[in-house]
Formats: sequence, structure tokens, C-alpha cells
Amino acid sequence: MFLTMEHLNKTYPGGKVAVEDFNLEIEKGEFICFIGTSGSGKTTTMRMINRMLSQTSGTIKLNGEDIGKMDPVKLRRKIGYVIQNIGLMPHMTIRDNITLVPKLLKWPQEKMNQRAKEMIKLVELPEDYLDRYPSELSGGQQQRIGVVRALAANQDLVLMDEPFGALDPITREALQDLVKDLQERLGKTFVFVTHDMDEALKLSTRIVVMDGGKIMQVDTPDGILRHPANEFVENLIGKDRLIQARPSITTVGQVMLKNPISTTPGKSLTDALRLMHEKRVDSLLVTDEANILKGMIGIEDVDYNFNSATSVDDIMNRDIFYVQSNSLIRDTVERILKRGFKNIPVVDDEHRLVGIVTRATLVDIVYDALWGDEEEDEESDNIHHGTDKTPVSGASQTDAKGGDQG
Amino acid sequence: MANMNMLQQLIYYYQQNGAYVLSQFSRHFLISIYGVLFAAVIGIPIGIFIAHHSKLSATVIAIANVIQTVPSLAMLSIIMIGLGLGVNTVIVTVFLYALLPIIKNTYTGMLNVDPSVLDSGKGMGMTRWQVLRIVELPLSLSVIMAGLRNALVLEIGITAIGTFVGAGGLGDIIIRGTNATDGGAIILAGALPTALMAIISDLVLGWIEKKADPTQKKA
Repeated sequence: MFLTMEHLNKTYPGGKVAVEDFNLEIEKGEFICFIGTSGSGKTTTMRMINRMLSQTSGTIKLNGEDIGKMDPVKLRRKIGYVIQNIGLMPHMTIRDNITLVPKLLKWPQEKMNQRAKEMIKLVELPEDYLDRYPSELSGGQQQRIGVVRALAANQDLVLMDEPFGALDPITREALQDLVKDLQERLGKTFVFVTHDMDEALKLSTRIVVMDGGKIMQVDTPDGILRHPANEFVENLIGKDRLIQARPSITTVGQVMLKNPISTTPGKSLTDALRLMHEKRVDSLLVTDEANILKGMIGIEDVDYNFNSATSVDDIMNRDIFYVQSNSLIRDTVERILKRGFKNIPVVDDEHRLVGIVTRATLVDIVYDALWGDEEEDEESDNIHHGTDKTPVSGASQTDAKGGDQG
Repeated sequence: MANMNMLQQLIYYYQQNGAYVLSQFSRHFLISIYGVLFAAVIGIPIGIFIAHHSKLSATVIAIANVIQTVPSLAMLSIIMIGLGLGVNTVIVTVFLYALLPIIKNTYTGMLNVDPSVLDSGKGMGMTRWQVLRIVELPLSLSVIMAGLRNALVLEIGITAIGTFVGAGGLGDIIIRGTNATDGGAIILAGALPTALMAIISDLVLGWIEKKADPTQKKA
């Protein structure tokens, strides 16, 4: 385990409890967001990691080594540190700012120059900025420098305390992308404090929700959205996001029509046409006796081939698009809409036909996402909420075939 | 002499006593500089110390304030009781008066350093000494320089009364003028260089102060 925090407590003089029994294990390469309202203890906890604050009790281990027994100065030089107010040294050039920690570590000048050039390239700023002073850069550019300053000495762990809170939305987004990219590309571990749920959902591999110094929930962004641990977490996520998130966590099986009209390959075209007429549909799914999906026929096929063919088997479209019932709606919806399918058969793991998703179903999904909150109780006939608890992680891939059936 | 006007008398005085005026000028200047230097050596560390220990700051600045309010002639006399006549008494007086502006400006300068810069400096792994040397002192240098500048200008004025305890300096010339009948020109001969010294010191230190200001930094 890269970073272990065990039973951390922090009580300020005067008895105010800032952090209470905080336990967390962080693996190398993770992007952990601490999120909570102000006073939730998230910054306090983060600052204990590089001993800017000391805990009242509990231990923090970095690579198995108790940081309480390390020289705080040496420890901090190994940990990148980025704060909201950037904190660049106004009297030093960008070059000197970037190589501040290498300089403290007494790197040779040549290596530091090299490093400064690499670093400024990393954040896509021109090299001649190295000789400028921080006041000549915009806020976003300054924070870019703040970010690479925290990486210049090959720190494996980077602590960030609401680093983008003071930036405008566009700059903030660009910097979020940058940081996420750096984490993925360089394999650094980030501990990131924020109060912005969007930011946390976007960046983190795991989110730590805190309130009143206690951990409310630790989970992946998806996990937090799907199963908020309590009301506080729900409120923090916000109703809007929960609704928006619903299509992304609902499976196809939950929304499909459960009694698709189907026929078998051996049936004659007359029978098929009669069935269509009876059920008022324009196409039929074709399955064998074991209910395995074989193909599909449409009214056009019947019409064109009525004289030349005899059985359904002759004219059915075998190369069709289908989805599995436990795949995510999020992955399916877009595909259905883009390709303009009228309907899509839904199969289970063994390729047995279990349902169908029509464009009307999509209407329901979109309708639900927008206004579903008020009508949650009146489930429509087509939509079967919450009965299927199939885990998403196991089968999130939509098994799709590209057959075009117009 | 009597048929010359004030300006002619002044020029005549400088012609006759040029070397004397120059020696008194440098003596005067050195007394002031020594006082300010000693005050800087003591005052800047005190200022740094109280900036880091804010509980002490009120007390220390109050003491320096009290020293400042004692009239300079009274201070000179009191110190003379201890140290006797001579230049040392004046240097000590000058030292005491320079303390307040230097301590106060050092303290203010240190407090004005952006806390986020200090936080990031410490968080990146600077020792306390490195934070002071690399961050705090460079960033408060211009304010500290302003304190030295104030102190020096103040001291040049106070050194002038050092003549009463026999320390010499341009004050000697001024007193000679006040004691002489129609000594206006002699008073001027002492007062003008004193004023000039103060103004030039102010300008030079003001220039240095500006140079030291980190917010003026441009590539």
C-alpha cells in the first residue's frame, strides 16, 4: 500500500474536533478526491500527509514508513504541494520557481535547467516564459506552473488543496484535463481536496466524502452516484446529478419491453404476416425453439419477397444489432439514436431473446431523466425500475453487431 | 566681513574653513550611520523575531515607542549621565531612536509577505531558515529598507544636537553661529550641509528601496 492512514484524529486546542477516526488506504497511481463542505476536515487531513499539521493520534505511512518518524523537511521534498492561492515566489523567475525543490535537493545547475525546460513543455507553455516573473503570467498560467513545480523533483505523491477554485470555468477545465492527463501518463498519485462535485467526479478514481471530520463514504465516482451512502452524500451530489446519472447507471434490462413479438424460422411468410397484423407491429424477431435470437424480419422484406420465398428462414435478416440486458443504457442510447434503428432486441448471457428496446422506450428514458423525479412512483408499463440488480462492472460492454436493417 | 551679504559671507566661510566643514560633515555622517547600523543589527532580528512570535510584538513595539517619545535633548542628557561626554553618547542616542522605525518596518514587512507563499515554501520542504532567507527576507526587503531610510534621515537631525555633549559634527558649526553676533551665515554653513545630507541619504536609500521591491520585478 502506497499511503496508509490509520485512525487519524485531529483535535485543535480548544477542543474543536477537525478529523475523527480517519482510515484510508491509497494505492500508487490513484487519484483521490477529498470532498466535503468547509469545516469537514478535508484540508486538515490532507495537510497531515506532509506534516504541515500533526495529528493528535493515529499514524500515516508512506510506502510502509511512518511519516511521524521522518524528517518533515525531507518528507515534504518528496511530496508535491499545490495550493489554491498558487503561492509562486513573486521575486523569482518561472525557471527558479519550477526548480525550487530540485534546488533545495541540491541538483546540479545543468540538470535543473533541463528539468525546467521539460516541465514547461509538459504544461504547454513557451520556453521563453522561463525567464519571466509570475506577475507577467495570467492566473491560469501561474497555476500551471504551480502544478509542474509540484512534479519537478519527481515527486510520486502530489497534494492539491482546491487548486483550481479561484480560476474561471474554462481555465479550470483545461487544468483539470491537464492534471488528469499527468496522473494517467506519469502514474503519479494525487490527493486532491475540492468542494466541487463535478471536479471530483471528473478527476478521481475514488472519492472520499467527508462531513464533520468523519468519512461518510469512500467509493468510485460511479459507486457514489449509484449508491450514495446517506442523505448527506445525496445532497452533496445534488438531485440534478443523480437524475442525470440515472441513464448512465440503468441497465437495458430495466427499461426494455419484456414481451417481444417473435416467430420461428420454420414459419411461413403468411403466418408471419398474420402475426404482424394481429399484434399491430411492423417487424418480428426470429428465434429458434430454445428462444435463441436468430434474426429479424420486417414488413418490407415480407412485401418484396412474398412471391419468391416461402418461409421466414429465407428472408430473415441474420446480421442484426442487439444488446445484452445487463449492458448500460448510457452505452446503448447513443448508438440507437445515431443509427436510427426502430427497435433493438435484447438478449441475455446465453443469447436468448428476453426483450426489446423501441424508440418509444427511449422517449421514456429521456422523459424520465428530465422529469422522472416527480413521477417516480407511477411507473409506466414499459419501464421496470429497480428490479434488476445486475452489477455493472462485470458486463458493461455492449455486445453489438453492426447489422443494418433500416 | 560686515560689508558682505549673507551669501558672500557663506561662501567666504566655506573658502576659509572648507576642510573643517568637510571633516565635520563626515564625522556627522559617520555618527548617524553607526547609530543606524547598530540599530539595524539589533532591530532587524528583533523585528523578525516578533513577526514570528506575535504575542511579543505589542510589548516590543510599545517599548520602542516609549523610547521614541522621549525628547532627544533629554535622552542625550540622560545617557550622558551614564556614558559621559563624547561621541559614544551620541551614537547610543541615535541607536535608540533608530530602533523604532527599523523594528516596526521589519515587523510590518515580514507580516506583509503573502501567507500562501510562505505556506507553499514550507510545504515544498524549506527549513525555517530557508523560508526566512529565500522567501521572507527578499520579499520584505523593500519595507525594511524604508525603515532604514526613515531612521537615517531622523538620525541626521538628531546627530546635530550631539554637539552639546561634545561629539562634534555639523552641529558644532550651527552652535558657533548661534553664539556669534550676526552669525546667520555660520548657522547656514552648518545647517545647509545637514539638510543636504538628509536629502541625499533619503534619495539614495529611496532608490535602493525601489530596486529591492519584488513587485517591480520584470524580465
